[in-house]
Amino acid sequence: MVAALTRIFGVHNLPLAEDVVQHAFLRAFEVWKLRGVPENPSAWLMATAKHRALDIVRNERTARTFAPELGRLLDTEWTMAPAVAEAFSAHTIRDDQLRMMFSCCHPQLPEEAQIALMLNILCGFGADEIAGAFLVKRSAMEKRITRGKKVLAKSRKLFDLTDVEFSSRLDTVRRGLYLLFNEGYHGSSARVAVRSELCHEAMRLVAMLMDHAPSNSAATGALATLLCLHASRLRARVNERGEITALAEQDRSQWDAALIAQGITLLEDASVGEVFSTYHIEAVIAAAHSHAKSIGDTNWGVIVLMYDRPMSIAPSPVVSLNRAIAIGERDGAAAGLQAIRDIADRERLDAYPFYFAAMGELELRLGNNAAARARFADAVRVARNVTERRFLTKRLAGVPA
Amino acid sequence: MADFLLIYRNTPAASAAAFGTPEMAQQNMQRWISWMRELESQGHLKDGGQPLEPGGKMVQGRSKAITDGPYAESKDLIGGYSIISATDAAHAAELAKGCPTLDGDGSVEVRPVGSMAL
Repeated sequence: MVAALTRIFGVHNLPLAEDVVQHAFLRAFEVWKLRGVPENPSAWLMATAKHRALDIVRNERTARTFAPELGRLLDTEWTMAPAVAEAFSAHTIRDDQLRMMFSCCHPQLPEEAQIALMLNILCGFGADEIAGAFLVKRSAMEKRITRGKKVLAKSRKLFDLTDVEFSSRLDTVRRGLYLLFNEGYHGSSARVAVRSELCHEAMRLVAMLMDHAPSNSAATGALATLLCLHASRLRARVNERGEITALAEQDRSQWDAALIAQGITLLEDASVGEVFSTYHIEAVIAAAHSHAKSIGDTNWGVIVLMYDRPMSIAPSPVVSLNRAIAIGERDGAAAGLQAIRDIADRERLDAYPFYFAAMGELELRLGNNAAARARFADAVRVARNVTERRFLTKRLAGVPA
Repeated sequence: MADFLLIYRNTPAASAAAFGTPEMAQQNMQRWISWMRELESQGHLKDGGQPLEPGGKMVQGRSKAITDGPYAESKDLIGGYSIISATDAAHAAELAKGCPTLDGDGSVEVRPVGSMAL
């Protein structure tokens, strides 16, 4: 709704658009509590927002400038109503949401700000919800969002999807959605390790990219695959108490078969042609896991192959760690431990609990119980939240005396 | 059975409390919806009514003076109304006890609706 309203009011009037949305929700609460929730709540909200937008245009058109693109259309009574109605039509709303997504991923903004803006404007998350998810103080998040909106306002209108910058902006948008999904999937929040709402929002936004021909490219398809395949494991990955289960131990019957099927189809479509992006690499790895009936069944050869491909982004110690784990699976625990020892810059992993946990696993498989216990204890020491601590403590307790 | 108008009044503080956050607004709405459903299922709900927004006008006396108001900050601002049917005013008042506005220290005025029926 906010995106549709900025089409009418202009991006520089974003606060006005937000007020109208806020007002629509407040009215909804007041009316629905007496008359019950309508059959189509979002249509009701849209209609309320639309009426109020018309009122504002009517009453304030001498005092304010609205969207430059609509210009004269808002000047007279008989052109204003259709212009407002058009802004609220389904296909225009979809377009505007897409344009808003691209606008939020402004290259002048740091990535955390881009994600915060998308969550706030497109997904309706409040500043303190976003602050909680990213382990940041509420005041800092509010500042981040306000600064972001100022940058948006400077451009006066939403990003034009036919702009020459489209491809590079699309890269930024994809990265933003990837980071958003990961934040929900892996998370470093103090309250819960996994926040499925963030994953679902990221998937919803990627679906919008897929629906729009110019952004429906191989790399986008690979990203969509990746999100589907990871999301398929959410139910098995975290239980009601918020405890994480490692991939190796997940009950695969809990994996969402429909999402897996969808992901595999997306991957097939994205694998036609010559583009092989970093998202493809991760998607193939995820697919290797999704195809396997159990961890023992997994095609670790393919996975190591993927990790060995030269990647367009600089490999990170965490990626090297995952590769070493895959080598451990394919070639045995001793090879895995050696691969970990071979990681360049591995001191950078000193604050990453799963680095120690991986070594613990491998030592355990070799029967080096004392070494395993020491590594798991290291992991517990650097656990970043309650959920991780619980999971790693259980691991530690599981080492035979 | 007769009809009774329920006039809801809320205190400004309680309104602010009920709508403090989206979660509170949602919970508040749920409480109202449950109460309304209960009245309906027992055959007492005649008309859910409407909320009344603040920011209206007052037309007063022989001079027909028009002033702005009442305002959202007014004490005893009427927030809305509903119509229920009950055996008598005492019964209607009992039914009104379930109204969520009371939890916020608001009030419900219960008035018999005059009827033309003989």
